[in-house]
Amino acid sequence: MPVWQQLFDSLKSEKFMIVAVAEESRGAEHARQWIEQADAKYWCLIDTDHRVADLYGMVNVPQAVWMDETGRIVRPPETAGSTDHFRLMDRTTRTLAPEHQAARQDARTAYLAAVREWVLTGQFALPSDAARRMLPRITPEIALARAHFRLGVWLRRHGNTGEGDAHLAEASRLHPDSWNIWRQAADLDEVGKASGEAFWLRVQALGDRPYYPPPDLPRSVV
Amino acid sequence: MATVLSDAGEMTVGEMTVAATKGLWLSAEDAARATGWTLKPEGMCQAELCVPLPATAVQGDRVDVAAFWQLLNRPVVRDTAGETWVLGAGADERNNALAGLIAPDFTLPDLAGVPHTLSALRGNKVFLSTWASW
Repeated sequence: MPVWQQLFDSLKSEKFMIVAVAEESRGAEHARQWIEQADAKYWCLIDTDHRVADLYGMVNVPQAVWMDETGRIVRPPETAGSTDHFRLMDRTTRTLAPEHQAARQDARTAYLAAVREWVLTGQFALPSDAARRMLPRITPEIALARAHFRLGVWLRRHGNTGEGDAHLAEASRLHPDSWNIWRQAADLDEVGKASGEAFWLRVQALGDRPYYPPPDLPRSVV
Repeated sequence: MATVLSDAGEMTVGEMTVAATKGLWLSAEDAARATGWTLKPEGMCQAELCVPLPATAVQGDRVDVAAFWQLLNRPVVRDTAGETWVLGAGADERNNALAGLIAPDFTLPDLAGVPHTLSALRGNKVFLSTWASW
C-alpha cells in the first residue's frame, strides 16, 4: 500500500484515482493498521463479502483492473505487481536469495511503471477485443460458489460457525482456483492459518502452474 | 421472518409457510423487494419481460422466490433452518456484464463506514486493486 501511495503522489496532477479494496470478511479493524500506516489518500474500501472479487471474477490478491475515464475496462483483472518468488523462500529462515529478491523488486517496479505510463499517455490500455479475450470466464459452479461464500461469511458473522464453515468449504470445493475463498475461510477459522502449512501444501500442489500469473506487460517499461 | 442476501443487499422479509412445501414463500410485495421482479397474472415480471411460473410456485399473492430464482438459472443457497437465504447472481449475468466492458459498479464503505461508489469516479482513470491482511 505504501507503493500505491507513492504512485498516487507522483500522479497528483492527473485525473486519476486508486481504489484499494480490502477483501476482509473479518471487517475493517483487520485492515485498519495497513491503511493507516500507508497514510493512504486514495480510496481504501472494506469488502467483507468479497463483492469486488465476485463482480470482476478475481481469484487472488492483489489483482487489479484498469478503467478509463468513461468507466470502460481497459485491462481486466491481472496480478498487480506480485510474483511467485515467494515460492523459492527458505521457509525455516524465511529468507529469499538476493537475486530472487532483486527479480521480485524489478517486476514490481516494472508493473508500477506501466500503471504510471498508462495514466500519463494511455499506453497499455487494451482495445475492446483484446480486453474481452482476457476476461475471466464465470461458470455456474463459480456462481454457486459465490452464493455459498456469501452465506458462509454471513452465518459466521452471526455466530453460526459450524454451518458457516460448511458453506465456505463448499464454496472452495466449487471454485478451487479461488485463493481468495480458500484463504479467507482459513483466516476466519484462525488468523495466520491462511499462510500456514495447509497453504504451502496447496501452493506446492500447483506444480508448474503460477500462483501469481504474470501480467501481459513488457518486463521493462522505464 | 427470514433474511435474504442478494446483489441488492441484505433485507428482512416475512417468510410464509405454505403447507408441506419447501421454498422461500414471500408476499408479492416482499418478493418484489427481494428480487426486483413483480408478481403478475402472467408470471414474475421485470420491465417488458415476464417469466411464467409453474403452478407449484405460486399461491394467490404468494410466490416461491427460491423456485423462481432457479427458473432464472441463478443459484439459491439457504441455511438449515431456512432463516437465511442467498439469491445469487447467475454465471451468464456476470459474464454478460463483464463482456460489455463497462466496469461493474459497487458501493463499499471506507474505514470510517462512509460509503463510496465506483461510478462517482467517472472522468478519472481508475486503478482498482484488491488486497487483504491474510
